[in-house]
Amino acid sequence: MALELHPLEQFVIKPIVPMHIGNLDVSFTNSALLMTIAVLLISALVIVGTRREELVPGRVQSLSEIAYEFIGNMIDETVGEEGRQYFPFVFSLFMFILFGNLLGLIPYGYTFTGQIIVTFALAAVVFTGVTLIGIWRNGWKFLTFFVPHGVPVVLLVLLVPIELLSYFIRPFTLSIRLFANMLAGHTMLAIFGGFAASIGILGLLPLGLDVLIFFLELLVAVLQAYVFTILTCLYLNDAINLH
Amino acid sequence: MPQLDLATFPTQLVWLAVTFIALYLVMALVGLPRVGGIIAKRRDRITGDLDKAQRMKAEAEAVIAAYERALAEARTKAQQALRETAERLAAEATEQQRKLAESLNAEIAKAERRIAEAKASALKGMHDLATEVAQVAAAKLAGGAVEAARVKAAVEAVLRERV
Repeated sequence: MALELHPLEQFVIKPIVPMHIGNLDVSFTNSALLMTIAVLLISALVIVGTRREELVPGRVQSLSEIAYEFIGNMIDETVGEEGRQYFPFVFSLFMFILFGNLLGLIPYGYTFTGQIIVTFALAAVVFTGVTLIGIWRNGWKFLTFFVPHGVPVVLLVLLVPIELLSYFIRPFTLSIRLFANMLAGHTMLAIFGGFAASIGILGLLPLGLDVLIFFLELLVAVLQAYVFTILTCLYLNDAINLH
Repeated sequence: MPQLDLATFPTQLVWLAVTFIALYLVMALVGLPRVGGIIAKRRDRITGDLDKAQRMKAEAEAVIAAYERALAEARTKAQQALRETAERLAAEATEQQRKLAESLNAEIAKAERRIAEAKASALKGMHDLATEVAQVAAAKLAGGAVEAARVKAAVEAVLRERV
């Protein structure tokens, strides 16, 4: 019985339409295809689903409204009124990650949120944007964010570096959390799937496990999109309100 | 690990940027204003309906108040009319009574006058009779004619004493 497991093969980037800008390979890949599908689906949900603008919403329009109010409430609760201008970005971020995670769970699909470069790029945009907003809104006062209130001066020597470290580590924790969750879940699904395929009738056991893990991964997909988004809101709150 | 293949980074970053910016623009310019508009419209409609209901309730209350006011007015008017009528009737009755009493008094006075006249004439008749009787009796007793004037004076004196 040959047991061949390639759980990481699913993350391989495969070009579909080769493209180049100078020497740079910018081919349209399986990852790019799924990103495009995600964007099209989100647009369809939010725009086509609401085309009738019903007073009493149907299913699709309800989903759009629920997502809208969910993110809206999240911003109101964490940032407050001033966070409203960043609503389109936060909403796009949440929907993009959510659809990336969920589409990845469809067999033969592809999980672009399982790519560290993608999650890191998103986290870097959030980090850079939030830092710029903090500086733009508060000027030099933004630096007081790294100095905790009511602490003896001696301790500040210790605390300020810790605060700085915990601030600059944000893009890494934010991106690695999402990446690692997707990587681990999909790897586990692939490993049990590989077992199920290669050990005959006994494979029913790993298959059953895979089904259970699939439901867990559905939960993780939604949860990690939520975590990424609410952390973005909390960072935004730090920058705007300087706790 | 395929995720660490640096050669795939440019294409991933480029397509991430393209798709995410596209998504952001579509959401910011079309999608979210639309959903927000729908939600706002519904909220407006609901508050509008509530306002309308409130207004109609106020109107109904105003109508009820007006109705009650009209009712109270009518009741007051009716009572006033009743009182006026009662007063008028009472006044009329008093007037009639007074007139009746007056006419009765007049009748009574007239009757009394008539009685007094009758009495006077009766008395006068009696005087004459008494004088005549006394004259005849005196003539019979005294045997000769008695002067009529003296008889009359005597009778008058006696009658004045008795009556």
